[in-house]
Amino acid sequence: MAKTDIIIHDKKDNVGVVVIEKITPDQDCSCWIMENDGSVTIKSKNEIPLGHKIAMVDFKEGDTILKYGHDIGKVVKPIKKGEHVHVHNVKTKKW
Amino acid sequence: MEIPKSFLGYKRENGRVGTRNHVVILPVDDISNACAEAVANNIKGTFAIPHAYGRLQFGADLELFFDTMIGTGKNPNVAACVVIGIEPKWTKKIVDAIAKTGKPVEGFSIEGAGDIKTIMKASVKAQEFSQWASEKQREECPLSDLWISVKCGESDTTSGMAANPAVGNLMDKLEPLGVHLCFGETSELTGAEKVCATRGATPEASKKFMKTWSDYNDFILKEATNDLSESQPTAGNIAGGLTTIEEKAFGNFQKIGSRKFIDVLTPAEEPKKGPGLYFMDTSSAAGECLTLQAAAGFNIHLFPTGQGNIIGNAIEPVVKLTGNPSTAINMKEHIDLDVSKILKREMNMDQAGDELIKTTIRAASGRLTCAEVLGHKEFIMTKLFRSA
Repeated sequence: MAKTDIIIHDKKDNVGVVVIEKITPDQDCSCWIMENDGSVTIKSKNEIPLGHKIAMVDFKEGDTILKYGHDIGKVVKPIKKGEHVHVHNVKTKKW
Repeated sequence: MEIPKSFLGYKRENGRVGTRNHVVILPVDDISNACAEAVANNIKGTFAIPHAYGRLQFGADLELFFDTMIGTGKNPNVAACVVIGIEPKWTKKIVDAIAKTGKPVEGFSIEGAGDIKTIMKASVKAQEFSQWASEKQREECPLSDLWISVKCGESDTTSGMAANPAVGNLMDKLEPLGVHLCFGETSELTGAEKVCATRGATPEASKKFMKTWSDYNDFILKEATNDLSESQPTAGNIAGGLTTIEEKAFGNFQKIGSRKFIDVLTPAEEPKKGPGLYFMDTSSAAGECLTLQAAAGFNIHLFPTGQGNIIGNAIEPVVKLTGNPSTAINMKEHIDLDVSKILKREMNMDQAGDELIKTTIRAASGRLTCAEVLGHKEFIMTKLFRSA
């Protein structure tokens, strides 16, 4: 089986999760989509550690992050495809 | 995999089955801890469950205190129980309620006698119980005698990817066999609450869930003095890659697989609608949640962790699993099952669920869990408000 660097839960998701120790800038990463057993690739822009998220698309402020096919928060700073998605650019819509 | 039909458990007087054969010395209140611990120190094969409360509680908080104490004594993992309190009245109330199960239980009150005479009298009874319990043998019992509670902790994104869905896979396989199942963590479903509500088996169950969640959420917002994103997700969650409470909630929610819950339980409430999945209104703090689930009668616990929570419980064996490969190596002594191969796609969810069923049955049949071997006996009372 091909090596997987990133797992995407649902085909609707616009972020993926790094499942190797870390990915480095400009790395060509293979992504596995759990829901439909699909594959995509993406070139990373940042170093991103295990368990952290990568943007699969470009985001502008106010956009919604989708994971598990569901809304998990709002973008508070523009994010480019391949960049690290975390508390510095995404916030909860709850509190 | 063909799912094993049985495990080895201790049949109790009331028809329930224990996965453990504990003889417990239960203090009613904070000031009886010393006496209970002295008895447990005297008499081998027993242990005390010290805690911080039991004085001047009132109203709903007092009721929850009694439900927790009585439920702990009634749990089938407890073979026999010595109850020690300062005053005779509350001690007797707990003893009488535990006695309804038919198990040996006796109460002692310290007032008017002092610690030393009480320790002497209670030790005599504890010796009798310990030797009586030591002759109990495990017998073959159907899997439907398992009451499995679940709660996750120190979660990270691997929890939602591997360990939690592995628990969900186990639930999907074991629920049809008549197992009782329970999940909780009211506040940690925030963000996924509407989706969770759709998983009620009946409109009443869904409605009850939404009311329970809203009440808890209102309470949190009322008491909050800071930005809650400081405490939810926790610093450990954030280090593991979880960004928002919504993301944590959807990961958490993977633990129930595709099951629907048949009822919503109040804290420590015993399920009464037969086998199936229940939601219990609990705090998301592991010690409190597990103590309530054990008091409701659950006899084995599954605990998925990402960054490595080390929780155990006084009477319920806690089986821990992780999908985080670093945690599986660095905190090996805490992990009963490593499912991190899911991340490398060297193990699928079906296989992970099967492995978890095997691990659960071994633990239920007597294999000590990592938390037990390491001496984790957390027993944390949920306090609803301050005492009078």
